Amino acid sequence: MSRTLTLWTVWLLATAAGAVILAAGMVYGGSVRSNFAPGRMTSGHHQIELACTACHTSPFSGREAMQKACIGCHGADLATAKDSHPAKKFNDPRNADRLAKLKATECVTCHTEHRPEITRATGLTLPADYCALCHQDIGRERPSHVGLDSATCLNSGCHNYHDNRALYEDFLEKHAREPDLKSPAVMKLRATSVPPTGTAKPITSIAAADAPPSHRGDAHVGADWLASAHAKGGVNCAGCHAPKAKTPEAIATGWIAKPDHQACTSCHEQEGRGFVQGRHGMRLAAGMKVSTPDPTGLVKASKLGPMQPSLARLPMAREAHAANLTCTSCHQAHAFATRDGEVKACLGCHADEHSKRYIGSPHHKAWLAEVAGKAPAGSGVTCAGCHMPRIAREDPDTGEDRVFADHNQNNTLRPASKMIRPVCMSCHGLGFAIDALADRRLVESNFAGRPSARVESITWVMRRLKEGEGKSNAKDTSK
Amino acid sequence: MKLTRTARILSASAVAAVAFGSIAYAQGLAYKDVTDMLHAVMESDRTVYTRKVVNRLAVKEKVIKASEHHEDEKTLPLPAQMFRFGAEMVAGKTDKFTYSLLSLWPVNKQNAPRTDIEKKGLAFVAANIGKNYYGEETLGGKKYFTAVYADTAVAPACVSCHNEHKDSPRRDFKLKDVMGGVVIRIPMSK
Repeated sequence: MSRTLTLWTVWLLATAAGAVILAAGMVYGGSVRSNFAPGRMTSGHHQIELACTACHTSPFSGREAMQKACIGCHGADLATAKDSHPAKKFNDPRNADRLAKLKATECVTCHTEHRPEITRATGLTLPADYCALCHQDIGRERPSHVGLDSATCLNSGCHNYHDNRALYEDFLEKHAREPDLKSPAVMKLRATSVPPTGTAKPITSIAAADAPPSHRGDAHVGADWLASAHAKGGVNCAGCHAPKAKTPEAIATGWIAKPDHQACTSCHEQEGRGFVQGRHGMRLAAGMKVSTPDPTGLVKASKLGPMQPSLARLPMAREAHAANLTCTSCHQAHAFATRDGEVKACLGCHADEHSKRYIGSPHHKAWLAEVAGKAPAGSGVTCAGCHMPRIAREDPDTGEDRVFADHNQNNTLRPASKMIRPVCMSCHGLGFAIDALADRRLVESNFAGRPSARVESITWVMRRLKEGEGKSNAKDTSK
Repeated sequence: MKLTRTARILSASAVAAVAFGSIAYAQGLAYKDVTDMLHAVMESDRTVYTRKVVNRLAVKEKVIKASEHHEDEKTLPLPAQMFRFGAEMVAGKTDKFTYSLLSLWPVNKQNAPRTDIEKKGLAFVAANIGKNYYGEETLGGKKYFTAVYADTAVAPACVSCHNEHKDSPRRDFKLKDVMGGVVIRIPMSK
């Protein structure tokens, strides 16, 4: 065989082998698959980049399947936000001409993944003036909007495409005259207690612990548990470590050393659901597969592991980089003191400017006063209090409201106006809250000061009302 | 081959329907009959809610208010909202028909007529009391049978709310006036 022929053969074989490896990576997953990503993902999804099938549910699935995947994760929260532009509005044939301009029935029209060069902070990938496609004649209804650049519609405190619960006109009017700081300035909602299972009674003695002797652990473990809400609610060791076991023997054989988030979710359902949809736990959500087994057995089934601060795009404390985020990362196992999860746990990892400047901020001082018993319960403002606020949500089956800490940060993250109602307005007037959230420097300083500028939305609403009243009075006089 | 009496009647109906062109509906009912039936249900439910719930409790008995922001304000949904909530729920269940509540004098400008048939139909039912408007239109490349029915002020609550609302473009409504119209669409092609 000539040298040339040998080289050609080697080249062809190597190319074929490479193609097979890449094709296998495409179909079965694994680290090779990351080479196929057409671009860096948005900050909302970058954690699950390798779980391609979370969005591309099958190799040849179209946009319809992808839309289903979007709604599968985000649908319930959009409904809670009273989505102002739901797909069903655009499915009405009378809006066919609008749909032809903007395919508003599909999330990917405005939120295209893998396009970092055109992605805005909110995950929007359209030019910011897209509102004008349908609302170009808004000036006729609202003279205050004549001449405004349509790229400013989405400015903080003005409009939000999906969630306008804090920005609609009548709401602005109703809360127009509120003071900057309410009295009392208190977050009133308290989490609804998880109903006890069975006939469990409070456990008051360490002797009642049902852990096998070999798993009793250190003395502080028992003491932490005995002082916790779990023991007070009658939740024994096996409740988390061997949830299905009914007898001491079954507890010993079925003992799980480190129960995962699913054990917590079995009682704390809403919190668990929010956790796997939020920034801390989305990698642990169902269906986050990195690879599926191939027929040869070379590729094994694998899932994304828990989030680690080293994977984050925000600045994180170096010593926390390798931590695996689960429920007990923030809620210390056995003690489960919610207070530790409100500030200490957050600042253990988050090292961005806003987080670092919490210490010493007015919100922090209010928290210290509450912890010291010098201020009423709920008057302190913590990291979790703002970014995982307690909210009331209706149970679709019973119709009853249940209050819980929303562990899905996305519901109060971007656009910042989503924070106004569930968070800021507990203590602040609407106008102050709108102005404060629109002031980037103030946000970065963790609200050390006052808003530097005024958003005019409330002023415009009140002016319009006044002008309307003037017209009505003029009409009445002419009669 | 002998046809049964029913089959003969059905065949004759089908032939007649084809002869009358596009009004034939695949299942043997004319589009107009289907929209008339749907509207009878919609109009009745809407009237019952307006008279027996909103007008009775909010206007007569004054035990509860009705307002647009009913969840925030712990009040009853307005009759127009009640109607639209139903329309949205139906839109999530089937694509075999859609319906909407529109007006030439809408409080919310998004509920003004947009298509030619909507404009003609709303003007027609306002000018011709007791008559409905039927037509065909092509929207987004799809052909629709569209029917427009008058929506009248059935209770004092309708009149007072529209005459007093800050965004209402018309403030001289009287009881039994045509205030708008219900538009029902059935796709005629896939």
